[in-house]
Amino acid sequence: MQRIECLRAIYHRLQDCLVVTIMGALPTELQSLGHRSNFFYLQHAMGLASSTGLGLALCLPEQRVVVFDGDGSILMNLGGFTTLARYRPKKLVHVIFDNESLLSVGGFPTATSTGSDLAAIALAAGVPQAITVRTPEEFTESFAQAMDGNELTCIVAKVEATGPKGYVTGLSLLENRFQFRRHIEKITHTTE
Amino acid sequence: MPVSWANSQIVYDALKKCGIGLVSALPETWLVHLIRMAEDDPEMILVRLAKEEEAIGISAGAHFAGTKSALLMQNHGFLASINGIVSFAQLYRIPLLMVISYRGHFGELDPWQTQGGSATEPLLRALSIPYAFLDDPKTVEKRLAAVQTWAASSLHPAAVLLTRDLMWEE
Repeated sequence: MQRIECLRAIYHRLQDCLVVTIMGALPTELQSLGHRSNFFYLQHAMGLASSTGLGLALCLPEQRVVVFDGDGSILMNLGGFTTLARYRPKKLVHVIFDNESLLSVGGFPTATSTGSDLAAIALAAGVPQAITVRTPEEFTESFAQAMDGNELTCIVAKVEATGPKGYVTGLSLLENRFQFRRHIEKITHTTE
Repeated sequence: MPVSWANSQIVYDALKKCGIGLVSALPETWLVHLIRMAEDDPEMILVRLAKEEEAIGISAGAHFAGTKSALLMQNHGFLASINGIVSFAQLYRIPLLMVISYRGHFGELDPWQTQGGSATEPLLRALSIPYAFLDDPKTVEKRLAAVQTWAASSLHPAAVLLTRDLMWEE
């Protein structure tokens, strides 16, 4: 299963939610499908995409929040699973694309390649729903269920360790950040 | 426990006066009263962390959501958060109000705190993070408000150091 196949299959569901991604291949592929002002790409600080999603979800409990994480990133913040589980925001969907590899730095294998099971870790941390999927059909179905449901859900999608050749896009980090903030301001009519 | 309840209340009231709606925290001795006050306040979102670096992501999410936040952490928690501060808060211009208990400085009895005490200010300076001391209950409200205002207007992390003089009663 390719990550971009998964993203393509569910892209239309991302229109009305707040999306936070990790760095690397994932944001490049998502942007290749079409950048939107409700997408924020955390192009560093590995591990903190899920924490950012939690901050959004706690402050805006009515908003659907989708986090696109990776195995390398979540392995840097496994404690974050326990924090997510503790507050279990009902409208947060936590997708982890697990390619068992630190792809962007040369494809070195992560611990998921030797058996560490992220869905099992999520469940054991107290995340109410967690599932591992291996085909685009399974992914699309479990994503749709999570989006229509009302419970914190973690979907671990096993994908191939492939991606685009380069990762730098035309969208500047700050432009993305301010656009995302403005988007939320517009939909919630809040100003800080 | 000789942590000052009265001065913790002054700090908490000052945070409320700044409009803080979310605090993240990892328990540490000097912060216990502050965390209890956040817990007992129905208007405050309290996020209990496993590790302090999570707080950088949570505060960024809160900022995007239009909620003012504060990060309660021991100075060793600040040390544990530095990559998040640099490669999220500073890279993306996210304001942070870090409320840091300044353990391990003069007067510290616990040997295990002392190395972090010596590293705190040099690291804040190395990261160009401005900081103020909260050392006198009379000036807490004004200083905290000034630091919060600067963080919000500059879109940059700023810190207050909770000192032994303020937090510890012996």
